Amino acid sequence: MSIEVKKNSQIFQDSNNTYYPENEIEVSNIIQELYKNNLSTELIGTGSKSFIGNKVQAGNTLSLSKLSGIVEYLPEELYVKVKANTLLEIIVKELEKNNQELAFEPIDFGFIENGKSNKGTIAGYLSCNLAGSRRFKVGSVRDHILGFRGVNGKGNVIKSGGTVVKNVTGYDLSKLVTGSFGTLVALTEVVLKVLPKKKSSNTITIHTEDKKLVNELFEKISSSSSEISGAVYVPDEPDDENYKHNKEMLFKFNDLKFKGSFLALRIEGDKISIDEKIKVLTKELNFNNLSTSILDVHQSVPFWEKINNLELFSETKNNLLRAVIPPSKGNELMQQLGNKYKYYIDWCGSLYWIEVQSKKNMEITKIKKLIKDLGGYLTIIKTSPDYDYEETIFTIDDTRLLISEKIKKSFDPKRIFNPGKMYRGI
Amino acid sequence: MTELVLPKINKKTLDKKEYIFKALAKLINPENVLSHVDEIKPYETDALVAYKQTPLVVVMPENTQEVSNILKFCYEENIKVVPRGAGTGLSGGALPLQDAVLLSLGKFNKILEIDFENKCVVTQPGVTNLGLTHAVQHKGFYYAPDPSSQLACSIGGNVAENSGGVHSLKYGTTTNNILGVEIVMMNGTICRIGGKTLDQEGYDLMGLICGSEGLLGVVTEVTAKILKKPQVVKAALIGFPTIKEGGNAATEIISNGIVPAGMEIMDKALIEATDNFSKAGYPRDAELLLIVELDGTESEVDGLLKEVSTICKKNNCSSLKLSNNEKERLSFWAGRKAAFPACGAMAPDYYCMDGSIPRGKLTEALLEIKNLSKKYNLPVANCFHAGDGNLHPLIMYDGGNKEELRKTEEFGSEILKVCVRLGGVITGEHGVGVEKRELMCEMFNDNDIQQQLDIKSSLDEKNLLNPGKVYPILRKCAEEGRVHVHRGEEKFPDLPRF
Repeated sequence: MSIEVKKNSQIFQDSNNTYYPENEIEVSNIIQELYKNNLSTELIGTGSKSFIGNKVQAGNTLSLSKLSGIVEYLPEELYVKVKANTLLEIIVKELEKNNQELAFEPIDFGFIENGKSNKGTIAGYLSCNLAGSRRFKVGSVRDHILGFRGVNGKGNVIKSGGTVVKNVTGYDLSKLVTGSFGTLVALTEVVLKVLPKKKSSNTITIHTEDKKLVNELFEKISSSSSEISGAVYVPDEPDDENYKHNKEMLFKFNDLKFKGSFLALRIEGDKISIDEKIKVLTKELNFNNLSTSILDVHQSVPFWEKINNLELFSETKNNLLRAVIPPSKGNELMQQLGNKYKYYIDWCGSLYWIEVQSKKNMEITKIKKLIKDLGGYLTIIKTSPDYDYEETIFTIDDTRLLISEKIKKSFDPKRIFNPGKMYRGI
Repeated sequence: MTELVLPKINKKTLDKKEYIFKALAKLINPENVLSHVDEIKPYETDALVAYKQTPLVVVMPENTQEVSNILKFCYEENIKVVPRGAGTGLSGGALPLQDAVLLSLGKFNKILEIDFENKCVVTQPGVTNLGLTHAVQHKGFYYAPDPSSQLACSIGGNVAENSGGVHSLKYGTTTNNILGVEIVMMNGTICRIGGKTLDQEGYDLMGLICGSEGLLGVVTEVTAKILKKPQVVKAALIGFPTIKEGGNAATEIISNGIVPAGMEIMDKALIEATDNFSKAGYPRDAELLLIVELDGTESEVDGLLKEVSTICKKNNCSSLKLSNNEKERLSFWAGRKAAFPACGAMAPDYYCMDGSIPRGKLTEALLEIKNLSKKYNLPVANCFHAGDGNLHPLIMYDGGNKEELRKTEEFGSEILKVCVRLGGVITGEHGVGVEKRELMCEMFNDNDIQQQLDIKSSLDEKNLLNPGKVYPILRKCAEEGRVHVHRGEEKFPDLPRF
């Protein structure tokens, strides 16, 4: 950075070439300088999700953590406008005052990284577009972004979208930026759609080892009009005593009557409608012939937090894979996975979280091919310390890669932002 | 309407017209290449009928490979292409160009696969929106986005425009209800995005394509998500003595944590127009009419209707009717659905605007529109998707009167500017097309538009796919400063434009 810019902007820079701009203009000034001098930079917030994706090779770091705070919250308009690096916890707390929430159920990735909560910033959630258990019902992170402001790779401040849900003015760049892992724009402000929190929730657990039945139940749940907002299967395998013990401790609830594998589904609403839905589901899913437990709201809420936050894989030192498949392929995938891996299934049969042991990297290639053949995709969310990057972190075909390169170039022609974070050349 | 500036005509294209016809007839079945004036005349406009232009030629490919071959040929020969679905768009997005091939997806009219297990339908883009629902309703499923033109509009057009409908607040628009698309880029590259899985890795190309108004690629296949019909649907029909009280009630319903499946508002002018037209039995003494539709389980819906009733009574509603059965619920909607034809019956022409505003600004917006109506001496009726803030003022005018036409257009522009000033946008669901092109500068500055143009040129570097739509055509590049051209009065008419 030139002395001139430093003098003018007073932007703090530490000895590791990390810049800490305090506002959008400063972000723009720094990026203009980086652009001029062909200097690549890593974009970070609090770093809570920086382990996801490839390692960035950049000589500079742009910490956007000072761009924090709620700009405007209009509960009756169902949106909140925040500076992009506002901590998720601050947003959630503010929304709770009005019984509202971010319906995509943000995942707390802190558990798999350090065994404790570390939610990070809203920009991080946008960058990853990884939604929680309620996704199959309400949509992903990208479905809850109404607009943004940010700085592109040339240092220009740009915006897209707005505060209203119905908006077709120009290209929907909010979607494009969501899930781009900070390779297109340094986000400075985000408008999020918020929704009323459901008054209560119950969770029904069905205890079964029968995988065919599990997939049949997933199918029935997704065909139900009872608006089920969570459906997960936690198998009691592999045959690892330690893991089984951890699992039991994690899901120790008074009303969880059985040990072993279970499928759990969440019903939300007021008390009367929950009872009504349970009645309908009892018939639809034929509960009377199954071993079931019902968790009340006091158990249901923490249950889904544990599921959503991947606590089963807390502090894992192994590789953690995230595979999404068409739900009809569940039987096939479960059969192939056998009892070799620790895994569980979320999103009503669509999402598989699979742990592959360290030093068994070759198996990732095998699983990736399998998922691809089933019409799905696989992301390596966390790599073991010995991971050799033989298999790429993300999956992409040549045509989409070519298009992505062009789009990248239109935002960040000199590849300044997070080079290599997603794909080689991007 | 007023004279429209379209991209500079490529004379070379016109000169080699015969060559182009022959070449296209080799690429696809010659019967699907229409060049006679009588054959191409029906394609001269979409639903924004004020603008008309016959295309160079109309092609109707039958499969993706043919679309790819056509686009590749046009790319190599520098020929512009305008894609067209059912032609029901209201913003002129499918308006042909004199020197462009009009690519009709009309023959892509088959549903390819109904996959109940994965809750999706794989379809060709020419299938109608309602056609999707018809294909799955026997098992209690439906496709959620329901634009008012759903009987005729195509699913490919829905993707291009990111169409919504009256249920958008709860169920989203097209972008939230599709899982995958196949597109063909201008250079002929075929690209599949998404599939039967939720979400996709990498850049959200589907999100980018959705609502891109045919500027980035031609949609040749869509995988649409289907939903199970709710157990119970009921509606309330509520009249208010003032706009303010009705508007407040709508806002309070949302702030009380209720997310209606649909919530519609009609002003007095529209209540009268529709009631005369459809005999819907609306309260004619009301200044504002609110329709609230709720879905879910029986007790859930009943509970919410009770809450809605309480809120409306608190806001001094003058009438309140709850639907007791399906027939009654549909009768509540009958008037609303007849809103456009009702206006058509009141004046020789009507001009339907489409802005979005924050819900809480409704009273302010309606008041300003009322004042503008007086200023321009043109009657206007308003309907409002109160759930999602989408406002449709219908300006009634006589198209035969040139002066009235000019005033109507100006009136419409002013309404959209009001929407932006109140924190909204210039189009909620009809798209920018050619209609609102010049108003883009009301919402976006140079940098914003330049970024969008950079995306366009990265994927269509020759600017051949649907040029002249969405972005202000006479605008110079950002470095030279913006020219906001009004009615074609340009400072340097000889400069090449993009």
